[in-house]
Amino acid sequence: MTTIYLDHAATTPVHPDVVAAMVPYFQEHFGNPSSIHGFGRKVRLAIEDARETVARALGTEPSRIVFTSGGTEADNLALFGPAFAHRGAGKTHLVTTEIEHHAVLETCQHLERLGFSVTYLPVDRTGRVNPDDVARAIRPETVLVSVMYGNNEVGTIQPVAEIGRICRERGVYFHTDAVQAFGVEPIDVATLPVDLLTISAHKIGGPKGVGALYVRRDVVMFPHLFGGAQERKRRAGTENVPGIIGFAKAVEIAMAERAARRERYLGFRRLMLSVWEARGIDYVLNGHPEAFLPHVLNVSFPGVDTETLLMNLDLAGIAASSGSACTSGSLERSHVLKAMGLPPEVVGSAVRFSFGPANTEENVREAAERVAEIVQRLRRRK
Amino acid sequence: MIYLDHAATTPPHPDVVKAVTEAMTRFYGNPSSLHKAGAEAGRVLQQAREVAARALGVSPGEIVFTSSGTESNNAALKGVAFQYRDRGRHIVTTMVEHPAVYRVAKQLEELGFSVTYLPVDRTGRVSPDDVERALRDDTLLVSIMHVNNETGSLQPIAEIGRRLKRYPKVLFHVDAVQSFGKVPLDPKGWGIDLLSLTGHKLRGPRGVGLLYVREGVTLFPLLAGGGQEGGLRSGTENVPGIVGMAKAMRLIREEQAAKPDHFARLKRRLVAGLRAWGDRVLLNSPERDEEAAPHIVNFSVPGIKPEVLLHALEEEGYLLSTKSACSSKKDEPSRVLMAMFGDEERARTGIRVSFGYETTERDVDGFLAALEKRLSELLAWMKG
Ligand SMILES: Cc1ncc(COP(=O)(O)O)c(C=O)c1O
Ligand SMILES: Cc1ncc(COP(=O)(O)O)c(C=O)c1O
Repeated sequence: MTTIYLDHAATTPVHPDVVAAMVPYFQEHFGNPSSIHGFGRKVRLAIEDARETVARALGTEPSRIVFTSGGTEADNLALFGPAFAHRGAGKTHLVTTEIEHHAVLETCQHLERLGFSVTYLPVDRTGRVNPDDVARAIRPETVLVSVMYGNNEVGTIQPVAEIGRICRERGVYFHTDAVQAFGVEPIDVATLPVDLLTISAHKIGGPKGVGALYVRRDVVMFPHLFGGAQERKRRAGTENVPGIIGFAKAVEIAMAERAARRERYLGFRRLMLSVWEARGIDYVLNGHPEAFLPHVLNVSFPGVDTETLLMNLDLAGIAASSGSACTSGSLERSHVLKAMGLPPEVVGSAVRFSFGPANTEENVREAAERVAEIVQRLRRRK
Repeated sequence: MIYLDHAATTPPHPDVVKAVTEAMTRFYGNPSSLHKAGAEAGRVLQQAREVAARALGVSPGEIVFTSSGTESNNAALKGVAFQYRDRGRHIVTTMVEHPAVYRVAKQLEELGFSVTYLPVDRTGRVSPDDVERALRDDTLLVSIMHVNNETGSLQPIAEIGRRLKRYPKVLFHVDAVQSFGKVPLDPKGWGIDLLSLTGHKLRGPRGVGLLYVREGVTLFPLLAGGGQEGGLRSGTENVPGIVGMAKAMRLIREEQAAKPDHFARLKRRLVAGLRAWGDRVLLNSPERDEEAAPHIVNFSVPGIKPEVLLHALEEEGYLLSTKSACSSKKDEPSRVLMAMFGDEERARTGIRVSFGYETTERDVDGFLAALEKRLSELLAWMKG
């Protein structure tokens, strides 16, 4: 039985062209970009090309891109950096939402332990934050607002442009975690009012262990990793050269295929839903009816327990997930679904299917059929 | 090209490259995912952790994988400082640490901690007595590197660790980025609580490092999020990088066992050649084995801009470096050499040769011949 991988929001297989692009940088071009000899110089130029590719994909200049070890580090830097830089001026408050990724939520909790205060905004039943709530939460001590672009569990897209405008009017920094949105949504920081934006390579066919933070020119922040002068002193540590090269290659491919991928994923989504409808399977669609990421499909099958369903899916060769992969082995009840105020039977039976470029109509249909059978079987057993 | 800059970074071992690329395609799952692809990646990660732990002589549960030596150092210093800030505000380190410790210490000063920077003697080493004298009731941490990245100077870590055992509340961090696989290292026997390594200095991949955290030590995590690495370091694990690092650790330990006096032999040959220059060339690395790790040899040629000499040697096919690759401004004197000799010209003109296990005696002879040719030219031109 072939495995059908429908967990691309957790991580994606590395694109073969990405691996091919990285290999020379493990071997003949292994120099340290900070070294002044010719060896190092060549590598430095390659990194600068990669930086340009990533910058162009976001609509900005290369100097605004800080490479990190992943989305988590970029989120930590985006919050810690400005918070510590402005603490002396009495800016000790941050605003975020209850449905952020743990990389933001936990960072906020750490900042609380270090003397900052944080407002966690609620969301409605579709997972959206109300921009008015953001406006009301901003205080004179507020340094930064962090609201994710698209949610990793339910796919809901936030009104980031509107929230960004409010932040700009009120003179506070705005960070958005675009780890899931990047590669499928058009993101242009030249027009989008954001100051800091997180992306991660392994969610778009790139390697694990590399990500980036976009930092608008006038943002004043401390580094989170101190040491050498790499990344214009915004992030120390010998550059992960092959990782950065691979990231850029993945970005290049994702940008070239972005519109086509969107269409495909939306088609997969409709396909799965139509299979279930044809089979008369009851399901509840979680998330926003219009503003959603095309690759994330979160559904509940009331009466079926999430964990049991996932186990059965795995045995049937379907890799799906309960939502965030980052809860380290244990299946916690999703903080996102809880924050959306959904009834317990919906929360307790939710699964996330997330699509990637290697999925085909046949294997998505096949997966939907297997899901339907399993759901029917589990429901009959009750 | 003969690469004599292994202290800056090393060419990854071909077996490591193979392991990394293979892991990238075969084990693409997220170790936190519950399905088969995730479980497989999780299993590979666990195996790598065991290999790394064995190579270091510690338990798998004491290994925290990070993205670099820099991150490990940041995680150790800030992790202790933030975790125990109610118990004390004092940290002891040295004047010759890598920027990834030194600059973190400076930042902690800005955040209200106080830091003692211990001096070193002309061998670049701190005195264990000084360490002990610097301790206060509110000292949280002593952070001292094992092998200095510019000079190879070897700190008396075992002795310092032995003395610190009498101060159970003081944690001991060692930056062993330059020492692992080159000189003996015994975290357990030496009473080390925290120890930093990085993959790319030991023929492993870039973008991966580790922090040994002795069981029982609690840290404030530097990176918060999904709770990976026992909650000490969040972020989706770089499984291929970690696999490569573990493999590189095992391979370099094997080489170390197979070639115990490889570096010492190369160093003796190089130093003998440098001695022939009399007082035109000043040897900055201590000569004796107990005072320096032999894979790094630093010397100054007063009166000659190091970049000029470096460039000339590059034309002859030899790659080496001035101080550490991470220092920013070119003509600033080396902080390390200043601390050792207090001589600006000497500290401004340091050049570092660093060997790998692939380096041969012929490479050293060739280098000395190239130096003979180009340095004589430069000196004659200066006189002329
Ligand atoms: C929305 C979001 N933010 C941040 C992250 C963390 O990124 P990384 O896995 O690169 O650390 C993830 C993925 O786990 C995510 O989905
Ligand atoms: C002694 C020492 N510590 C720390 C580091 C930093 O390690 P990394 O390059 O992995 O960030 C280096 C190397 O640059 C080093 O030589």
